[in-house]
Amino acid sequence: MMKLVKTIKEAVALCGIKDGMTVSFHHHLRNGDFVLNMVMEELAAAGLRDLTVNASSLFDAHAPLLEHIEKGVVTGLSADYIAAGVGRAISQGIMEKPVQFRTHGGRPNDIRLGRTPIDVAFIAAPTADPMGNCSGKYGKSACGSLGYAFADAMFAKKVVVITDNLVPYPLADFSISENFVDYVVAVDAIGDPKGIVSGTTRITRDPVGLVMASHAARVIEASGLLKDGFSFQTGAGGASLAAAKFLKEIMLKKNIKGSFGLGGITAYMVDMLNAGCFETLMDVQCFDLDAVRSLRDNPRHREISALQYAAPTGRSAVVDSLDVVILGATQIDTDFNVNVHTDSNGYIMGGSGGHSDTAAGAKLSMIIAPMFRARLPIVTDKVTCISTPGKDIDVLVTQGGIAVNPRRQDLQEKLRAAGLPLVEIGELKEKTERITGTPAPCTKGDRVVAEVIGRNGDLQDVIYNVKE
Amino acid sequence: MMRRSMLFLPGNNPNMLINGNCLGSDAVIFDLEDAVAPDQKDAARILVRNTLKYMDFRGCERIVRINSIGTPYWKEDLKALLPYKPDLILLPKTECAEDILTIDAYMTELGSQTGVMALIETALGVENAFCIASASKRVKALFLGAEDLTADLRCKRTKEGREIEYARHRLVVAARAAGVDVYDTPFTDVNDDEGIVSDASLAKALGFTGKASISPRHVEVINAVFSPTQKDVDYAYEVMEAIALAKEQGKGAISLHGKMIDAPIVARAEQTIAMAEALGMRRGDF
Amino acid sequence: MKIVKVASAGTLESSDAFVEVAPAGEGVSLEIDSVVYAQFGEAIRQTVLDVLKDCGVEAACVRVADRGALECVLRARVETAVLRGKGEE
Repeated sequence: MMKLVKTIKEAVALCGIKDGMTVSFHHHLRNGDFVLNMVMEELAAAGLRDLTVNASSLFDAHAPLLEHIEKGVVTGLSADYIAAGVGRAISQGIMEKPVQFRTHGGRPNDIRLGRTPIDVAFIAAPTADPMGNCSGKYGKSACGSLGYAFADAMFAKKVVVITDNLVPYPLADFSISENFVDYVVAVDAIGDPKGIVSGTTRITRDPVGLVMASHAARVIEASGLLKDGFSFQTGAGGASLAAAKFLKEIMLKKNIKGSFGLGGITAYMVDMLNAGCFETLMDVQCFDLDAVRSLRDNPRHREISALQYAAPTGRSAVVDSLDVVILGATQIDTDFNVNVHTDSNGYIMGGSGGHSDTAAGAKLSMIIAPMFRARLPIVTDKVTCISTPGKDIDVLVTQGGIAVNPRRQDLQEKLRAAGLPLVEIGELKEKTERITGTPAPCTKGDRVVAEVIGRNGDLQDVIYNVKE
Repeated sequence: MMRRSMLFLPGNNPNMLINGNCLGSDAVIFDLEDAVAPDQKDAARILVRNTLKYMDFRGCERIVRINSIGTPYWKEDLKALLPYKPDLILLPKTECAEDILTIDAYMTELGSQTGVMALIETALGVENAFCIASASKRVKALFLGAEDLTADLRCKRTKEGREIEYARHRLVVAARAAGVDVYDTPFTDVNDDEGIVSDASLAKALGFTGKASISPRHVEVINAVFSPTQKDVDYAYEVMEAIALAKEQGKGAISLHGKMIDAPIVARAEQTIAMAEALGMRRGDF
Repeated sequence: MKIVKVASAGTLESSDAFVEVAPAGEGVSLEIDSVVYAQFGEAIRQTVLDVLKDCGVEAACVRVADRGALECVLRARVETAVLRGKGEE
């Protein structure tokens, strides 16, 4: 059996792609990815039309996709996160059909349940053998975990692995098995390593960020969850990383042996693993080279699929066992609904990613955000878009006070007893607006450009176009 | 009023000024002097004035470091700021009682009751510390500035601070003799997390009331070092109980754990309890 | 108070505003560029006009490049620019 083909063009032909089909991509190569653009160019060249692209995320590097949309090659789009460059065009109304946003758990879940069938999955693989066993841990384009690609590999009708590091059969330490793979293509480069993994993100030096991080660590300490067996996920933002650093100091001082760190993994989480703060890291995505190295070399650092990470209707997912998650927000309303999809002017510049999944699963889901950014208050009466419903958010930490969801009286009591500066969220909004002034409401368009699908598959909210 | 930590904020930096009340220090010092270039003195003065006028700093004292009386700016600074009632004026390069009398006279002329904290950062200032501290009722505290002082002493500023030992001792004694507070110089390495702990602990051990900082990162440590410990608080309550009991029983001399309780110990216990109450600390079990 | 020369104040850092004033024949012409124009454009205009009025400036060309400055910051920058550009009295 011969799976190795010479070009993407040949693979496309062999897969029998037709007008109206769905193709899928993962985003482990992030802003350094070449594969989505290479494949879409071939599909366009083949004269295909009316395709749907189901990508786990889209970055600014994927801007050439806009041209395929304009020309009618692509008419459907589904992603968990869309960066500002592509997002702006979508908000301006470039697509007829609304984009579908899912969560990192919802996407593989819907693929598995057949709600979003994939005809052909194109899997960028930093290392692969000729039968399709592949891994992200090795090669010049190493990205670490291939967590988001598993569901695509398992459930797509056809699977094409595209690699720039073809090794002799068998690649022993594979992540995705040859079982699932139809064709393998070797190319010169699947991505630009500079855009795939970042260098180590430095902990913020911004004083406001440090104050929030310190509050966040104290909230976790006071919550009662910080004890042996503790599990934790945090984002890669400056204040979240600083919170992890403060948390690590507390854990080492009190000799607390945590259970696992989860999520997108950064050098700081690796550092906590090595310092003995965790037994294990459960890694769906690596953010930097330290994380890639650790995943490759440390058996206690495990790769997991997005299904295992966060799928809502599997038998269980890791998020269900998570104690604490630290998350960001561009807006949060007085009902604790969080927006991470659109910016203050209503343009798409993000998406839930694992936000809703971890918020739903974790025992304590915490938002860290400054009271205002460039004069824009973080707390509003009503968010432009509900990315994560307020029922899943427990506490908001700002530099001007900590607001606990009234649903969590127990937490409120614990934080009060610890002497933390508590504030009611409506009061926080007023306090902020006394400083910033009250912003004029954004006028939104009249056309739906995106649907936000909750992790269980229900329509949670819609995003309107922006009038310019 | 508790002033464990005082954080310097550059006077022409809006981002720092508007968030100054959230950074955890008991007081902030809006700096119009060293942190502001000569051609931006006007801009910083107006910006700090507006910060005093419009921003709510409840729970955080507002101190302004004006320019020294050797410069053409200090009167303008005071004229612009005093109407908006800063909690204290920090006067840099205070060298003698005369300097205090000069600023006192001008502030009186402007009708201001605001107190002055004298920043002592020259050899002459150190030698005149007691005269400065006792020159006027307006002087509320002395403040040691080690960077300029070591330049004046022609020695190198080190983390260990042997070169400023004498100045530290001298300032504490002078301030206490005059009955005013005394504050220690900032620790300038913002990345040395251990250095700040030992430097602040030393200052506390020498008798300083609190310590200034140029970095928000140091505030938490300084607050912790200058807060009473649970043990201090518990002991203070024991002292007060022993006093009450002795009074009830009509005893004169009292002892606690085999040690005589005299007036200074009682005074210190009262201070500790006042601080504990301000910090929301309760009496522990013992 | 009369603006007799081009003068500026402030910076383009986040939370600050850069304000430039220039002499004008009559009336105030105002140009605003702001990262929060949609939410605060009108408030910024009003603040600038307020400060000019308080300073007694009746004629000026004013250009504001706002990076999300709070009102008290914007006021300070306009006032500083005006004082820097005013004539001898």
